[in-house]
Amino acid sequence: MGELRLMKGNEAIGEAAIRAGVDAYFGYPITPQSEVIEYLMAEKPHERTGMVVLQAESEVASINMVYGAAATGKKVMTSSSSPGVSLMMEGVSYIAGAELPCVLVNVVRGGPGLGTIQPSQADYFQATKGGGHGDYRMIVLAPASVQEMSDFIKLAFELAFRYRNPAMILSDGVIGQMMEKVVLFDPIPRWTEEEIIKMSPWATTGKPLNRERNIITSLDLQPHVQEQRNIRLQNKYATIQEKEVRCEKIACDDAEYLIVAYGSSARIAQKALDIARAQGIRLGLLRAITLWPFPTKQIRELLGHVKGILTVELSSGQMVEDVRLAVEGRVNVEFYGRMGGMIYTPEEILGVLKAKIIGE
Amino acid sequence: MTEEIIIAGFGGQGVLSMGKILAYSGIMQDQEVSWMPSYGPEMRGGTANVTVILSDERISSPILHFYDTAIILNQQSMDKFEPSVKPGGVLIYDGNGITRHPSRKDIHIYRVDAADEATRLGLSKIFNMIVLGGYMKVKPVVRLENVILGLKKSLPHRYHDLIPDNEKAILRGMEIIEEVKV
Amino acid sequence: MAEIRLEDIIRPENLVYKKTPLMTDNILSYCPGCGHGTAHRLIMEVVEELGFQEKTIGICPVGCSVLAYDFMNIDMQQAAHGRAPALATGIKRTWPGRIVFTYQGDGDLAAIGTAETIHVCNRGENLTMIFINNGIYGMTGGQMAPTTLEGMKSSTSPYGRDVHMMGYPLKMTEVVATLPGTYFVTRQAVHTPAAVRKAKKAIRIAFENQRDNKGGVSFVEIVSNCNSGWKMRPVDANHWMEQNMFPFFPLGDMKVDGKIVK
Repeated sequence: MGELRLMKGNEAIGEAAIRAGVDAYFGYPITPQSEVIEYLMAEKPHERTGMVVLQAESEVASINMVYGAAATGKKVMTSSSSPGVSLMMEGVSYIAGAELPCVLVNVVRGGPGLGTIQPSQADYFQATKGGGHGDYRMIVLAPASVQEMSDFIKLAFELAFRYRNPAMILSDGVIGQMMEKVVLFDPIPRWTEEEIIKMSPWATTGKPLNRERNIITSLDLQPHVQEQRNIRLQNKYATIQEKEVRCEKIACDDAEYLIVAYGSSARIAQKALDIARAQGIRLGLLRAITLWPFPTKQIRELLGHVKGILTVELSSGQMVEDVRLAVEGRVNVEFYGRMGGMIYTPEEILGVLKAKIIGE
Repeated sequence: MTEEIIIAGFGGQGVLSMGKILAYSGIMQDQEVSWMPSYGPEMRGGTANVTVILSDERISSPILHFYDTAIILNQQSMDKFEPSVKPGGVLIYDGNGITRHPSRKDIHIYRVDAADEATRLGLSKIFNMIVLGGYMKVKPVVRLENVILGLKKSLPHRYHDLIPDNEKAILRGMEIIEEVKV
Repeated sequence: MAEIRLEDIIRPENLVYKKTPLMTDNILSYCPGCGHGTAHRLIMEVVEELGFQEKTIGICPVGCSVLAYDFMNIDMQQAAHGRAPALATGIKRTWPGRIVFTYQGDGDLAAIGTAETIHVCNRGENLTMIFINNGIYGMTGGQMAPTTLEGMKSSTSPYGRDVHMMGYPLKMTEVVATLPGTYFVTRQAVHTPAAVRKAKKAIRIAFENQRDNKGGVSFVEIVSNCNSGWKMRPVDANHWMEQNMFPFFPLGDMKVDGKIVK
């Protein structure tokens, strides 16, 4: 077993980055995720692994530093919170268009605008439906514990490199700020320059005389060429959709009613589930782990015995649209949310479930 | 067993670190733990609070609205959290600066005047450890030896010479805490 | 008199100039008379002469030179508008042994990318930056640039740049020269053979500084024409540039070996 520590979610991101053999982190402070760069700076990863940590002049610069280094086949990442992630969206679109691997962490806070520094899940649309311009997708992972903050760094890089695609960890202020036990994975050495050149022959690492030059761009001035790029992207996204869906099903086998939630909301919903089960209500919980690709099929599979679904999110209702698309009107899907940094209680969720789904 | 605690007071009173020591102590006795702070500008001189959960089972929600125990160190927190103690639960407070004392009859109320005692002992920096001692007397959820182990784990090495003072403060807290009858 | 045939002239023994193999055979997309082609060639000649082809990574911008990677036979990446210095930072920090340069126009470097330009220079990244200043947005069709001169007409200043309404032309090179993180700052031109020779020397110094890790940005501005955007014939554009651009953007070194010289 790896090393056991008590850590904040944000600190776990930093530690996991060093252990995952990340080559560089570029970021800019913003509440509630500044502990990521603070932890990294304090840890002196350049001494531990040679990892580069740089505080950029803005989130715009951060993501473009990531874009530059990712083009060279390095393992690079950034992190921010909602307003900062909005600033990064242009860069993410370029990275997705140029098909580069990298990892972003969004420790979501309430919006719109400057909003609040308190936790929220209102960036689901931005993360899963684009955010930047053009037809692209990010792989989106939603941790619900400090343990997953650590584990998903490793997983996100694996997926990002497997598909040459940006991957995002969509967390929130609760998971970022809380401390829990975490078992840290054993360190993975950083790739050598020779390994990178071998593994990523497409990367702009400097042109040897015996290969054609590598060009990293998202630009195709001729429409038929740009369409081909888009078709290639869509084919890749279809493969990811097919192979990489992840979710956790809790007490779903005999469930008459289902809650669908992710991240911190899933933790609160689980408490609601415990209370409901104690009251004899056959409630299940489907926790989406990948938000894109979305567990559409996994939800559909439960419709044989599930009579109604409540989706809970700390937003005005974003993921619920994907739940409704999965269900295609076959059962009643209702939504309950709180906004602006407010957080529901398990009792509140259960009350809504009884009123809107069970019909008491 | 699950113990759900809120510790609330001013930033700078050691609220967050008391919670951290409790969480570490829980780990030392193989429990599941969570530590969820209030965060943001209110940390800087304003009110600060932290929710700590110690449990023998997997912890579901780290966010709570009702608590088994509330440890309250200023008036704002008294106003905010006295109503959030579960019936039959425990409220522990330091009387220093409290103008409206707790009045609920369906909970157990204890007073530990840790601030005054810390000044008297010349240990004002570890005032929070006196409070912690009081809590440990009333609710023996974490054992002293695990708290000491937790301190060793959470304190940087250069502060390890302060551990005996911490222990002294905990023991003093255990002595001076008193039940208050409403 | 015998007929002059082209085949009789184009022979190996008559060869006086050969393009560097680091320029591809693709036909330049730039307008006839534009300085970009010459600037590209000078950079690639320097990279070849210094033996850097296998370790050079170039960053091209958004603007007329967005397709610079079609012409330079090295590994290249295309940046979002203004962000080339951030890309270059990410690359140089993770591949300190590579030679990294940016190639940007005035809109890219001095308007939308101002923050990245200032901060890459302020951090003292060990990079080479080439800045083409033609006082106009060429690719999008001749709109006003941050470097458009007072009174100069463009499609978004059709009655001439009114500095009270539109602000003043920005001397970005003078600005970066004042920053402690720049090591070599110069302003050159490529409109005459003499200017080309000087510009090449400056570009060479800018790459040598990076090779020798002199600890800072080497920044070469090239004042160039945009005869299409300026709506002039190429020769007239060069005259106009000498008479109007050079007085406001005077040529010469501003900072050498980390010291301000002008």
